[in-house]
Amino acid sequence: MLGIEELERAEIEAILERAKHFQPVQHEPQKKLDTLRGKMIVNLFFEASTRTRTSFEIAAKRLGADAISIAASGSSVSKGESLVDTLNTLAAMRPNAIVMRHSASGAPHFLARYLAMPIINAGDGTHEHPTQALLDARTILDRRPSLEGLRVAIIGDIAHSRVARSNVYLLSKFGAQIVLCGPASLLPRELAQIAPGVTLTNDIREAILGADVIMMLRVQLERQHEAAFPSSEYFQFYGLTLEHLALAKPDAIVMHPGPINRGRELSSEVADSQSSVILNQVENGVAVRMAVLERVIG
Amino acid sequence: MPQLLIKGGRVIDPASATDKLADVLIQDGAIAAVGAGLAASGAEIFDAHGLIVTPGFIDMHVHLREPGFEHAETIETGARAAAAGGFTSICCMPNTLPANDNATVTSYIVERARKLAVTHVFPIGAITKNSAGEELSAIGSMKAAGIVAISDDGRPVMNARVMRRAMEFARSFDLPVIDHCEDLNLSAGGDMHEGFESVRLGLRGIPASSEDVMVARDILLAELTGARFHVAHISTRHAVAMVAFAKQRGLPVTCEVTPHHFALTDAGMRPYDSNYKMKPPLRTACDAGALVEGIVAGAVDAIATDHAPHPGSEKMQEFERCPFGIIGLETALGLALEHLVHTGKISLARLVAMFTTGPAGVLHLDRGTLAVGAPADVTIFSADLEWTYDVNQSFSKSRNSPFDGHTFRGGPVATIVDGAVVWRRD
Repeated sequence: MLGIEELERAEIEAILERAKHFQPVQHEPQKKLDTLRGKMIVNLFFEASTRTRTSFEIAAKRLGADAISIAASGSSVSKGESLVDTLNTLAAMRPNAIVMRHSASGAPHFLARYLAMPIINAGDGTHEHPTQALLDARTILDRRPSLEGLRVAIIGDIAHSRVARSNVYLLSKFGAQIVLCGPASLLPRELAQIAPGVTLTNDIREAILGADVIMMLRVQLERQHEAAFPSSEYFQFYGLTLEHLALAKPDAIVMHPGPINRGRELSSEVADSQSSVILNQVENGVAVRMAVLERVIG
Repeated sequence: MPQLLIKGGRVIDPASATDKLADVLIQDGAIAAVGAGLAASGAEIFDAHGLIVTPGFIDMHVHLREPGFEHAETIETGARAAAAGGFTSICCMPNTLPANDNATVTSYIVERARKLAVTHVFPIGAITKNSAGEELSAIGSMKAAGIVAISDDGRPVMNARVMRRAMEFARSFDLPVIDHCEDLNLSAGGDMHEGFESVRLGLRGIPASSEDVMVARDILLAELTGARFHVAHISTRHAVAMVAFAKQRGLPVTCEVTPHHFALTDAGMRPYDSNYKMKPPLRTACDAGALVEGIVAGAVDAIATDHAPHPGSEKMQEFERCPFGIIGLETALGLALEHLVHTGKISLARLVAMFTTGPAGVLHLDRGTLAVGAPADVTIFSADLEWTYDVNQSFSKSRNSPFDGHTFRGGPVATIVDGAVVWRRD
């Protein structure tokens, strides 16, 4: 599971359906299944992450698998070991899958050529974050019968967003209309050709007009090597406020992959509003990752 | 008096507009005669029937990594790879450790090459001290020690005033200035060509304009100073158009193209495979097409490999962490035949010129000809022989080639340097 781009629509549907089956498990008093009993999953995070790593760990444990998480800063990586050597070393201990996050785009794709073991991409640089797109789709489908024809606005630092790319690929495969919005320096024009149904705008009001779904992205300061946009102007022109919401469909939902920056990408009022499904996304993360782990290892 | 008689080949010598079946007689390291039915008693015979016999190929852009990076390549191994690619002369870039920015380093390279290299090696000196782009290096004494051009390849001179002075200084010594045209501010942080593919793959881009603005700047400075200016590894359609325009206006501006820039594109690269990572990056199909058209139209003077060895440990990493560059000496002729000759774009004679009179003209080298009395540097190749490149059999110390496993139609068969066969296909 390296990216959404190469996944078939039917595969995505199967994962989303299976995730739906796992949703009620989250509310059972006894949450542990034995689907993956005896299996071992290694979460290898070369980049800081709280929610994705925890989510994968909980998903693995709820399926009965053993899971260990390794933060790269505390491992041999800090002693100068190469990525391939690190992965080969871990693979020699025979886990059933490696869940990996890395700051370099394509790092898991590069490794997959040298490793027989399944690798699940938990986010690679500015490329893809497939399980985020799956949990976002699950969250939308909890509130809409289908993705087809939905108008989805994705707003923020699109250029540096792996969440945006994975979501664009997924939503496009299901016939959604996707509007990408941000300042020109964070919205390369080539994105208009990345998948069918994508349009671009630099105007947040135009993006939100008639939207069913508004996805806000975090401003990824750590991925910008220079100021692509004056940060003092960001919220003024690209921050989501309650006033903007009035332009969207009345039952529009607001999503965010987290962690949110109140007052930077969206106002505090929006984050806490009825429209916000941000915590539902987090909750669905576990069910979706259970479905993914089961599919990859089970 | 050792003699070698190359019998029955198709002799293509662009310098004398020769393209005919003929024999070539070599005596004492020099061309003794070219003609039909030559005989020489006691001469060693090389049967070249069905093969093409040309002046020795010149690669005006290679990295031999010595001194300083001998784990990647040495003068000896690089020259062996060159010979296996049909090259009899190679020009090595100065980004060694220490950099070739003074006559002592130049002399070291010349001396090592004399002892260990099977081909001729012509060093290129640094424009500025340590290629830092600030203070001019000892260009005059390097010329006396053997350099044939100056370049800060890989670390382009960003300061236009320094470049102006370098051009003026180089003109005093009749040396061409070779620039790796890249505006480092525009390309900073980039790993591949900026465009649809970089956006899709989530990799940081190197815009075509980072090359174009420097080509434009340097052409204007060449006009200002009267210097001979040569664009290294030209890769964009606008840069080729600017060079063509400069030539039209009679300016002494030349350029070279690498085989990988016309053979590969950003869309055709294997994603995140560092054997497709080089500078300038693989551009779009439109740019690659413009390079071929530039070759056809005469805007491009030479094919050069930019042979850039890196050990596996450095290339076997995350794409953004890998160094730039691929090896190319052994695959250059095969790629040029495949993309330029077999496609009907240019004649064999034109192809040979791009490897011989082209670079010799840029560098004012007394090479690239089969004239009687010229040094007996001869390349013998086949335009049809099928062979498959196995990078693990390469003479180079490094293995970073995207053409491993590629089957070629046509390639080098034998390489003769100063009258001696230094490489011959098994």
